Amino acid sequence: MFAVVMLSGIYGLLSASFFVVMDAVDVAFTEASVGAGISTLLMLTAVAMTGRTEHVTRHKPYLAFAVVFVTGCLLIYGTLDMPYFGSPDAPSHQHVAPRYINDSMQETGMPNMVTSVLASYRGFDTFGEVTVIFTAGIGVLALLSVVRGRESDAEIETLNDSMHEQYLILRIVIKMLIPFILLYAFYVQFHGDFGPGGGFQAGVIFASAIILYVMLFGLGTARRVINQSFIQILSAIGVLIYGCVGLVSILNGGSFLDYSVLSDDALAGQHLGILLIELGVGCTVASVMIIIFFKFAERNEYIQSKNGKST
Amino acid sequence: MILGLYNYWIVVVLMMIGLYIIIAHGNLIKKIVGLNIFQTSVFIFYISIGNVEGGTAPIWGEGITLYSNPLPHVLILTAIVVGIATTALGLALAVRLKEAYGSIEEDDIQAMDDQKTDNKHC
Repeated sequence: MFAVVMLSGIYGLLSASFFVVMDAVDVAFTEASVGAGISTLLMLTAVAMTGRTEHVTRHKPYLAFAVVFVTGCLLIYGTLDMPYFGSPDAPSHQHVAPRYINDSMQETGMPNMVTSVLASYRGFDTFGEVTVIFTAGIGVLALLSVVRGRESDAEIETLNDSMHEQYLILRIVIKMLIPFILLYAFYVQFHGDFGPGGGFQAGVIFASAIILYVMLFGLGTARRVINQSFIQILSAIGVLIYGCVGLVSILNGGSFLDYSVLSDDALAGQHLGILLIELGVGCTVASVMIIIFFKFAERNEYIQSKNGKST
Repeated sequence: MILGLYNYWIVVVLMMIGLYIIIAHGNLIKKIVGLNIFQTSVFIFYISIGNVEGGTAPIWGEGITLYSNPLPHVLILTAIVVGIATTALGLALAVRLKEAYGSIEEDDIQAMDDQKTDNKHC
């Protein structure tokens, strides 16, 4: 199982490089931080909790193979009518895409079309997606929360001492790196209008810095540094900021999520709206990722302490 | 040239690998890995549709006329982050199942459930 998890991490990094080759820099950015970073970590924690070995399957997989083979052949037959790879006159490049490419610079004043489409033209979609992420965070909270007694400071100290010797070099290097990772996350957050980046990527990068800290310094120390209920409130605040920007634009006489009315100048309004929305997205994504990791790690600790007591 | 369709074939192969893992493996964590592979194949499908030969990344620049289609990029960018959130939810369910049944093998869980209903009938 361990090998499976590591291979899927490598697969995530590889698919990020596919996306760079296909000119999708924003997507590659996200995939590199999510696929190679956070998803591998979560899988590892889950494998640690559920056991490393897998039963040998007793039934023969021929039927499954046949089904998959037939489906694959049918799908490949279906692709014969598709437009060729990279052809500029494919149907997907005809409808709204030329508008986004030609006019988004004048209409929103953002060089990065992906950001302007994400936050302005398709703001509704993104709102929905942020809500899905928030809901997933609530789900993990509901499934994995542990009622935990207060632990004494002495306990934390002894844990820290025992770990101090073990990962000395890693700890020092990570300690130096964390501020830079956080700074980089903020850069990605606020530079998303001009270059690749934005709330989604920044949120994931920010969360990965915190997760690194938790992994090396232990849950107890991290709990004292990061207030759990604050993070939970922050994840809701992100969605709230997003919705409020929409409401404010209604109050200013526009339609929901129409940022042009936020300021006297339409372009400045667009800038302000997109910046605020990216901030909301960043808050929610970062805090949901941190919540998810914390809950997995706490559950792991809980299971281990339970096993320790029973043996 | 029919070889110009190779991007779709890669997607189909990846998708079928994912589907096979979901069907053939009983281990719930492996099923989630399979779902992830399936999901990535859809991502690659969208991004390859958005690609234009000779185009550049969709960031406005002086003198550039041909860009890739930004719309699939937006859709997939958000889908990746939503994907990890839902994967985490799936893993959380697997962890709770492990606690409740002591196993994350589909067959074992099914057997335990069957036994329970049999006992109720008797």
